[in-house]
Amino acid sequence: MSQGGWSDVGRMDELGRLATPVHRVDARAKLVTTGLFIVAVMSVSRFEVAALTPFFLYPFALLSLGRIPPGYLFKKILVAAPFALAVGLFNPLFDRETAAVLGPWSVSGGWLSFASILLRFALTVGAALVLVACTGMHRLCAGLEQLGLPRVLAVQLLFLYRYLFAVADEGARMLRSAELRSAGPRPLRVRVYGSLVGHLLLRSLDRAERVYRAMQARGFDGEIRTLQRPRLRGTDLLFVCGWLAFFAAARCWNLAGLLGTLLMKGAS
Amino acid sequence: MHMADALISPAVGGTMWAVTGGLVAACARKMKTSMKDTLVPMMGVLGAFVFTAQMINFSIPGTGSSGHLGGGLLLAALLGPYAAFLVMASVLTVQALFFADGGLLALGCNIFNLGFFPAFVAYPLIFRPLAGHAPSRARLGCASLAAAVAALQLGAFSVVLETQSSGLSDLPFRAFVLLMQPVHLAIGIVEGLATAAVVAFVARARPDALFGPHACPAPDAPRSLRFVLTALLLAAALFGGALSWLASPHPDGLEWSLARAAGTAEPAAPASAVHRDLAALQARTAVLPDYGFKSAGPAAEETEASAAPWPAVSAGTSVSGLVGGLLTLGVAALIGLALKKRRTAA
Repeated sequence: MSQGGWSDVGRMDELGRLATPVHRVDARAKLVTTGLFIVAVMSVSRFEVAALTPFFLYPFALLSLGRIPPGYLFKKILVAAPFALAVGLFNPLFDRETAAVLGPWSVSGGWLSFASILLRFALTVGAALVLVACTGMHRLCAGLEQLGLPRVLAVQLLFLYRYLFAVADEGARMLRSAELRSAGPRPLRVRVYGSLVGHLLLRSLDRAERVYRAMQARGFDGEIRTLQRPRLRGTDLLFVCGWLAFFAAARCWNLAGLLGTLLMKGAS
Repeated sequence: MHMADALISPAVGGTMWAVTGGLVAACARKMKTSMKDTLVPMMGVLGAFVFTAQMINFSIPGTGSSGHLGGGLLLAALLGPYAAFLVMASVLTVQALFFADGGLLALGCNIFNLGFFPAFVAYPLIFRPLAGHAPSRARLGCASLAAAVAALQLGAFSVVLETQSSGLSDLPFRAFVLLMQPVHLAIGIVEGLATAAVVAFVARARPDALFGPHACPAPDAPRSLRFVLTALLLAAALFGGALSWLASPHPDGLEWSLARAAGTAEPAAPASAVHRDLAALQARTAVLPDYGFKSAGPAAEETEASAAPWPAVSAGTSVSGLVGGLLTLGVAALIGLALKKRRTAA
């Protein structure tokens, strides 16, 4: 994660506060749909590549209806790719059995499964990012809590989110002052690191104390109360059922293969 | 070490989600009874701290590369294991949601690998006993190092097990282990160094913060060992169950259970199918003890030979699949564009 990475959270936050039809869909509906999407995608057999392509409709549709810049999301997906790439890259090395024939070339099972891994990665990561960009942290946490997440964790997520900007700001300032006092931006020596991060920790502890006293001054008694929660509407249920039907169809039948066969038959 | 969704099967992901969910619920319940008010903002701010600290690098002496703090162990030292686990869970959730660092299906795995081992194994069973009361700087350093290395080795091994049981990667078990463990040994040493540096600083500057009044009391070693064993046993049971009933893609296994449920007793065919499939099932579920993912035993080979010819190499299928795939991608993109145009026009 780069140093400027935390400011990305701000951008996602901005996107989450837009007001589009997708943003208005209840967070629970979107959470459930995304969960089903991920399960559907990951349950496809490991050598399927074409069968995964219809699933791209879900993130694409939400992306454009939710007014999310596609280039921004694509960049984030690329940044997150290394681990999956690194492990997936071994597949073509270990699995060399021919699994498909394309004209003069024979494709090994390893390459198919590698391509499948890449597609799955793009799909699942894309869906998760679109979910957050279309919902925003507050609605997401409220939805999660309504779906059964323990309140302690929901509150923890919101507090973390709230103080992320403040503490990251502080950390960036400390890092900059360390850079200015040394020969330039380079990783710190261990002792300096210990002192810097230690000071950051102390400031964080102090901040927590201040926040607690402020909460107490406003009547905090240990119990967290939250506001009225939105109710599910017909459109939310329609959203879930519609997408569920599509995922089921795309999972049961190889839609891409069917389209291809149709075209080939038409051509021949 | 954050796992991506692309390498986890729904069965494994779902199982780990169940395990992590159970742990989160247990921690939440424990915190409700014994939590102090101050812990609420403290957990939030320290979560933000860990997040920030993970972005600050230090140079590792002698190698020229840099490392950073993971945070689980430090959190456990400051907050106690239950709160630390919840804070790590929240940090990993935000990382998965906002930075695509680890997938949503794999989030259960990641929280378990990066939260459970530092908070419930390394901290109470290694760090606390080694550090003792009012430890010297050297002792703190040793305790941090040992605990961090242990936590990371266990976490890395979990990653290997989870990836192997998902079956999406062709990497053989031995190769994967030999790749992961040494790398994470180095990472563990780095984490130990970083944690030691910060803990030493805090111990000097504000000793009451460590193992202090803010922390939920950590259970003593025998009790926490029991907790760990229970959690691991639960994970193993769920894992085995999920693998044998959910993960088998062979239609034969499904046919067998369907035949069993229907109760029809056809003499010859299902009998041999039952024997064949039981053997296949056993060969599948016995994979872990044998460490033989890739070396197909005689039973498995027999199954593959008698089952439908796999892979079904057919030129027609492949080409239409490719054409259809590219076209579908294009159609999906066009639909997306069309929706966008409609929206801007409206």
